[in-house]
This record gives sequence, structure tokens and C-alpha cells, in this order.
Amino acid sequence: MSLRTIRILLWLPLAAFLIVLALVAAGLIRPHDNSVRSQMIGKPLPAFSLPSTRPGQPPLTSASFADGKVRLINIFGSWCIPCAEEMPQLQTLKQSGAVIEGIASRDRPADSLGFLRRYGDPYDRIGDDSQSALQIAIGSSGVPETYVIDGKGLIRLQHIGPIGPQDIGDILAAIRDAQG
Amino acid sequence: MIAETGLIALWIAAAFAALQACLGLAVLKAGGEDLMRAVRPVAIAQAVMTATAFGALLLVFYRTDLSVKLVVDDSATTLPTLYRITGAWGNHEGSMLMWVTILALAGAAVALFERRLPERTLAATIAAQGVIALGFFAFLLFSSNPFARVYDVPAEGNGFNPLLQDPGLAFHPPTLYVGYVGLSVAFSFAVGALLTRDVGPAFARAMRPWVLGAWMFLTLGITAGSYWAYYELGWGGWWFWDPTENASLMPWLAATALLHSVTVLATRDGLRAWTVMLAVVAFSMSMVGTFLVRSGVLTSVHAFALDPRRGAFILVLLALYIGGALALFGARIATVSEGNRFEPVSREGALVVNNLLLSVILAIVLIGTLYPLFTEAMGTKVSVGPPYFNATAGPIALILVAVMAAGPVMRWRRDQIVAVGKRIAIPAVLVIVALAVALWWAPGLHILPLLGLALAAGTAAASVAPLWKRNLRRTPLFTWGMVVAHFGVAVSLAGMASESAFTQETLVAARPGEMVRVGPYAVRFAAIEPVAGENYTAVQATLVATRGTATPITLRPAQRTFDNPPQQTSESAIATRPDGQLYTVVGEPVPGGRWQLRLWWKPFVTLIWLGGTLIAIGGALSLIGRSLPRRRKAEEQSGFARFR
Repeated sequence: MSLRTIRILLWLPLAAFLIVLALVAAGLIRPHDNSVRSQMIGKPLPAFSLPSTRPGQPPLTSASFADGKVRLINIFGSWCIPCAEEMPQLQTLKQSGAVIEGIASRDRPADSLGFLRRYGDPYDRIGDDSQSALQIAIGSSGVPETYVIDGKGLIRLQHIGPIGPQDIGDILAAIRDAQG
Repeated sequence: MIAETGLIALWIAAAFAALQACLGLAVLKAGGEDLMRAVRPVAIAQAVMTATAFGALLLVFYRTDLSVKLVVDDSATTLPTLYRITGAWGNHEGSMLMWVTILALAGAAVALFERRLPERTLAATIAAQGVIALGFFAFLLFSSNPFARVYDVPAEGNGFNPLLQDPGLAFHPPTLYVGYVGLSVAFSFAVGALLTRDVGPAFARAMRPWVLGAWMFLTLGITAGSYWAYYELGWGGWWFWDPTENASLMPWLAATALLHSVTVLATRDGLRAWTVMLAVVAFSMSMVGTFLVRSGVLTSVHAFALDPRRGAFILVLLALYIGGALALFGARIATVSEGNRFEPVSREGALVVNNLLLSVILAIVLIGTLYPLFTEAMGTKVSVGPPYFNATAGPIALILVAVMAAGPVMRWRRDQIVAVGKRIAIPAVLVIVALAVALWWAPGLHILPLLGLALAAGTAAASVAPLWKRNLRRTPLFTWGMVVAHFGVAVSLAGMASESAFTQETLVAARPGEMVRVGPYAVRFAAIEPVAGENYTAVQATLVATRGTATPITLRPAQRTFDNPPQQTSESAIATRPDGQLYTVVGEPVPGGRWQLRLWWKPFVTLIWLGGTLIAIGGALSLIGRSLPRRRKAEEQSGFARFR
């Protein structure tokens, strides 16, 4: 190697550092997204059939989702405090025309129904997922979680954690997208 | 008043740091006995003031002064005394203040005790320390004031993260910070040496104790942190390649390389540019690590303050310090004259290979840590997990261990391949025997654990080879240090390989009264009942484990519920036996009166941390040996120090 090349090589560490710096600065400036994305987005709902939590109603099945209608799936539990917190937002979504299907995760039907009596019932149908089998199949890591399912039964959006007043706009937009 | 005293002390300390930087630069420029005499007291005054500020913080935390915002956010009167005090550094602002306190104390120590450096280099070094401290003072005073008051004094604080309420974690950050800050001194030495173009054996000998000390504390900190994560997080693993773990591993890798190259520079006057480079890189890595876990740029299992504004502040500091040092390196290092040459087959040669391998691992870890950031900038979200790191860093680490085994039996400057081969014949045979035994004993073993076990056996033998046929009582302490540290690596490697090869796991939902098997143990789920602790309530399981005819062991894993802040932690219960650990966790209740139980049998897992501790002890022995001046000079100059 000539002396000249060596002289240039000595600046390589600085160049490498500047690249890392630019990268990190970009990461810092961009709005940060800490959510865990389900691998299921863009994929069809896994096949399932859950008995209804409400006595005397037909079971909630995956087949019923591919009827051209956009729906929300909301996973909740009567034992989950943030689930109670997001109930007003679910009511707002319902009033805006969203169809919401509930999945009662790791719950007894009596407890679920008691929870809905207390906090209001925004759900069209409720499936009893007492072993959280669907929850695992759908790639959900906790409750509450909300999914937007389009008319073909494809998962379009996953919202992790309680829906706050500030999230309603995003979810309605996702519903419109799914319809479009 | 205490909080204000702390804040005022912090401002005065910042002023002293500025003065220290100016005086140091003045000496560098003009020289001068008088100025140099003024530098030392200023550095000491800076340290006293910073320590006063930190003392004030400890006091407001000890008293749980709820008019200080930080105390409100991170403490409560109901906390046990230990955590009321350690809460002072269990948060962003307090830990940064502790960081700068250790930095200031280290700077004062350099000013007080450093006699080996020429005056101008010392002045430049102290100036560099002043500049580093100044940046962090600015950070504390302008964006992370630990003494900010609240005007509506609440009746109670928000409590302290329950995961941090553990003696292990109370002392883990101070240990790690001493390591990071020790590296800042090495960094300042390198900057000083670059400014005066004075990179030689004297510089290396002055820097070496700092590197050794920093490396020893980093080793201890990482070992303790790993054990904490293992027993406190309750997931049964000991290393997750989480960004926070990598943040301390990266400076450790660089410091390990530096430790070895600084020895070449001190004893053989070789590897000048490389040593300076590593000193810059090592501290850069601790700053990058601090930045990564403090800024929230990367998602980590460890919850830290997620605040982009503070992140931006540290990023600017990072750009100035590291960018400045690397620019100085690029501009100056070519004018530093080349050191001594050596043959490829020699102690120096082995150390160069060791350095390169360590650098490759460092690059792998750095790339893996930053890769999610890179892809996120490109629009996709990925996470890089243990499979990547294990598959890439694992094999190289094994090669590194093999080189480590061979290095100490080689001679400085020039050696014969055949002679080296003879010296490592016994360890090599041991590797092959261990390989054969492992294959016969457990035929289905995965390749990495298999090689790890075999190499551990050979390395253990090779690492004690330098003591062969020596008068043990007259063997220098730093040789003992090297032997113990290298032996520690073998012990750790054996633990890691054994854990990954032989761990057995049982996950069940069991009713009280049921029997569960894991490894050699039959575990009876005897009972589950509520218990109350000092500031939590818990559900505690009683497990009785029996193995053959040995006395049954009772384990009590629990799920703790803290109400301030509301959080659940799972307290594992671990039984340690000479041949491994039985690790138990009780999980959530399952409908039908059953409870999730997770049981692991982990053969020889404790060797991982025993090895880590041995490595740190080795560092301590070397440090003591290097600080004792007698006989060293003669040996270093004669070149006859065969095994060192």
C-alpha cells in the first residue's frame, strides 16, 4: 500500500462513525413506533369457531367474516382494567357505524357478561376464547387488542393496547381503507 | 435547601470543568510549571463539587424529599431503606449525575497520581477530561436537572420500578459506570497523546492501569447484570442480546482488545496507531451504549426514559467527542512514528489476531444492534435476535478462545511454529479427548456447544501452561492475573456450552398436590398461598424437589404484586447444586384450579458467572501486579520474560 492509501484509510473510522451517526439521528428524528407487529397482517383470519358468550346465540366463526363487510375484532377480558378504559371509545366507534365483534379472552361467560353490564356492550357477537387459542393464533400478545378485518376476511390492522380517544381517527381511517 | 445546594454545586463544578479544559490547553500550547500546578487543584475542586452534588441527591432520596420531582417520580416513603438510596441512580437524571461524579473523581485521580506521562501530554489529557465532563454537566443542567422541584408537594411518591428492587441491580449500575468512566480516561489519554504526538511505551504504561481497572469493573458489571437478568426476569435464560446488554458488551469487547494491544505497546512498542484507535473506540462504545439505552431509539426490554430531546443532546455530544477524536486520529496518527516490527508467529502476532477477532465480534454486535434502526429507516420493522448473534458471533468467539489458549505460550517478537506446537500439544490432545467423550456421551449434541465443551477443556489446560515449571511463589502477580482470567474464560465457556446443550425444561399447568418431572428431579407442587412482603403482596408456591435419595429441597417461587407503581414481578426460586441449578417459576393461574409452573434443570450453569468472576479477579491481580513497581522494568526491557 502506498502512503497515500494509508493516509486515506486512516479517515475510514470517522467515515464509518458518521454513517452510524446519521442513521441514529434519522431514527431519533422519525416518529418512533414501538409496537410489535403481528405477522398476520395482510393474511386471512385463522380458521376458528368459538361458542358464543351470550347464551342461545350461534357460535362466532371465521367463515362469517368473509361476507364483504368490514369488521373490528376486539379482544378483551373482564379481568383487564385497560379493557374497561377503552369501552367509551368502542362505543364511539360503534356509533360511527363500525361493527365490532368481541373475543372474551381467558374468561368465564358469567364474568364477561357482568363486565358488559357494567361498562356497556358495543359488541355484535362475542366469542368465548377461554383458552386464548384464537388470541395466540391471531398473533396477539395481550389484551386489549383490536383488529380491522376487511370484507374478504383479511387482517388489515392491529391495534395493540387500549384504544384511546386519539386513536379513533386512525381506526376509522383503516376501516375506510378496508372498504375502499 | 439540600436540592439547591446540589444544583449550585453542579454549576460550580461545571465552571471548574471549563477552567480545567482552558488551563490544560494553555499548558499544551505554552507549557509552564505554574499553570500545570494550577491544573491539579482545579481538577480536584471539580471532583469535590460534583461529589457534593451527588451527595445532595443521595440525601434527598434518603429523606424521600417529595418536593424534588425526581424523588416523586422514582421513590416512595414505603420503600425499604436500601432502595430509597439506590433509587437515586435507578433513574435517568440520577444515573447521569452518578456517571459524571465518577468521571470527575477519575479526572481528579489522574491529576493527583499520574506521574508517568510527560507534562504536556498530561495537560492535554486533563483538558480532554474537562471537556468530556463539561458536555455532561451541560446535559444535566440544561436538559436533565436531577434537582428540579415540584410546587404541589404530593403526599406520596410514585414508587420505584419493582424490577430494580433487587440488591444485584442496586449495585450493578455503579460497577458498570466505573468501567465506562475508566474508559473515558483511556480516551482522554489517547486524545492527549494524539495532540502531543507522543504515543509510546510510557504512554501505554500510564494508560494500562486505567484500562485494566475499567475492564475489570465492566467484567464484574456484565457478570452481575447477566445473573440479575437470569434470576429476576424469570425467563430462564442468561443472555438475550438485548440492546441494553449489547450496550455494555460492546465497550467490553473493545476494552478487551485494548487491554491486549496496550500490553504490546507497553512491552514491545508495537501497535501504536491501533492502540490509540482502540482507546477511542472503547470509550465511543460506552457512549454509544449510553445513548442507545437512554434515548429510546432502540426498543429494549429494559425500560428507560424514552425522550428524543435528551437523545438528541447526547447524540450531539457523541458527534463532538467521537467525531472529534476520530478526526484527530485521521489527521495526526500518520505523523506518529511507527513502532517496533515483529514476525507473524510471535506473542505479538497472536495478540494481533486476538484483536482482529475481538473487533470482528464487536462489529457483528454493533451491526446487529443497529440493524433494526437501519431497516426501520428503509420502512420495514425487524428485530435481530439471539439466532443471528449466536450464529455469527458464536463461531468467531470459539476461534478467539483457541487463539487465547495459544497466545500466552508464544514468545515475544519471534517464535517457531514447531516449538509452539509442542507447547500446546497437551491442551490440543485434551480438546480431542473431550470431543470424543462428548460425542460418545451425548451423540445428538449441536455443533457449537460440542466445540465449546471441547475447547473449554483444552483452554483450561492451556491457560495454566504459563505456570508450568515455574517457581510459583516468584511468579509475578500479573502473570497470575492472566492465568486466572484466561482460566475464567474456559470456565465460563464450559458453563455456556453445558447450559445450551443440556438444559431441560418442563412447562405445565398443575394442581396443588401434583408431581412434575424435570431433569433428575421429581417436583411436588405442595401448596400455593398468599404472602405479604414489605411493600408488596405475593402468591407463593411451595415446591418440594427430590432427586434420588438426597434430602428434598423446598423452593418457593412467587408472583409479586406491587401497588406503587402497580406491577407484577415473578420471583424465581433457584436451588444451586454442585452440578447445576434447578430453576422454578410460578406463572398465572389457569382455569380449573391449576397454575402454570415452569421448571428448568440447568447443568453447570453457575460456571458462567463463576468464570466471569474469575476473569474480573484476574484483572484485579494484574492491576495490583502492575501497580507494584519492583522488578518490572528489568523484565520489560530484557525481553526474556518468556511466559507473560
